[in-house]
Amino acid sequence: MKDDIANNMSEEVKLFKTWSTPYGLRVVWALKLKGIQYKAIDEDLSNKSALLLRFNPVHKKVPVLVHNGKPISESLVILEYIDETWKQNPILPEDPFEKARARFWGKFNDEKLIPSIWDAFSREGKEQEDAFVAIMENLKFVEEELKGKKFFGGEKIGLADLAFGSLANLIYVFEELTGLKLVDERYPLLSAWMQKFSELPIIKDNWPPHDKMIIKYQALYEKYHPTK
Amino acid sequence: MEEVKVLGSWPSPYGFRVQWALELKGVEYEYIDEDLFNKSDMLLKYNPVHKKIPVLVHNGKSIAESAVILEYIEETWPQNPLLPMDPYERAMARFWLNFVDNKDKAAPFVSFFIGVGEEHEKAAKEAKELLTIFEEQGLGEKKYFGGEEIGMVDLAMGWIAASLGVIEEIVDVKILDAESLPRLHAWVQNFRAYPVIKNNLPDHDKLLENYTKKREMFLASIAT
Repeated sequence: MKDDIANNMSEEVKLFKTWSTPYGLRVVWALKLKGIQYKAIDEDLSNKSALLLRFNPVHKKVPVLVHNGKPISESLVILEYIDETWKQNPILPEDPFEKARARFWGKFNDEKLIPSIWDAFSREGKEQEDAFVAIMENLKFVEEELKGKKFFGGEKIGLADLAFGSLANLIYVFEELTGLKLVDERYPLLSAWMQKFSELPIIKDNWPPHDKMIIKYQALYEKYHPTK
Repeated sequence: MEEVKVLGSWPSPYGFRVQWALELKGVEYEYIDEDLFNKSDMLLKYNPVHKKIPVLVHNGKSIAESAVILEYIEETWPQNPLLPMDPYERAMARFWLNFVDNKDKAAPFVSFFIGVGEEHEKAAKEAKELLTIFEEQGLGEKKYFGGEEIGMVDLAMGWIAASLGVIEEIVDVKILDAESLPRLHAWVQNFRAYPVIKNNLPDHDKLLENYTKKREMFLASIAT
């Protein structure tokens, strides 16, 4: 009987993602943080399931959260939905200004920082150099935001930490593959945050495997930087 | 006495959204118009990360990014709500806000404004497809994107009602016509006629002059 109830509970919440997508990962962390049972469906993006296409007809992307049959896409929108629907362990603060701050930095990660890292990863020559300059400027702002705080959310992790979160993993992959140091001694607060964040139990237990990440990004890197 | 300032740059639609939200909620504010080619120290101080408008300053604390500002306004002044109560409906509204602001989605409209020749034809087609998505999936059978009343998504889509007509005039191509997009066309009329909005729309002639100049400037710059 208890198993049936547990199974029914986990039927209510489904998450479409891939094993590696950072956008799906942040939703996993939010669900784990709040102790929400869910069923994870890992998609093969070269062969999208009919269900995914039905639940996200506009973008056809992951992640998609389906709650009681109703789909929500866009990871930051999903995080807000999760926070409003399940009130335990809030990921957004009460104060409107602090909320605005968290949202601002979530957007910054997605719209500025990640694209600049991707540019540096996938471009060559002058374009790659310019991308590195952009990364450095972006990291400077992020470092500034961490002043006086343990996490972006303060004493506990919040929406901005979840948004920045995959950096704590991707940056090491990037540095290993390119041989370049991104988060060096110029960013002591960010370094410390990456350490503290990745050591949190729900984060540690829900990282994509490092070796698998290296293989995946190595292949991608070689695609963008073919040896002549 | 609360102090509310809005830094904008006429006729930026992102600035308009913020003003409309405040007007709809009856919040008094001071509007400061920025010259984006000569940004003020105040703008650089209040938005050091992006150095862009709009910025909302409330009792000395600044908030940047129009989508973030709209949520802040909604939470700080809850009267005349711009978001639904239900979390799922709110998620849908936020999805559309995201969609409208996505750079890839804006690109066809930008090319429609400043493009020429084949590129322009392609842009017109893509822009029309996006308008169709807005009508069919965003608006549906509703009067406004927000339902019976204007909501946050209407404000984000507001640029369509405020300035697409002028762009169509300048490039002499119509993409939002009553025949193929009847509901969106009706929405434009309803939005423009809405009590608070109708007193806060950009003046047609001024907008025509401003946009004509912008298009000419851009075409001249790529010609050299």
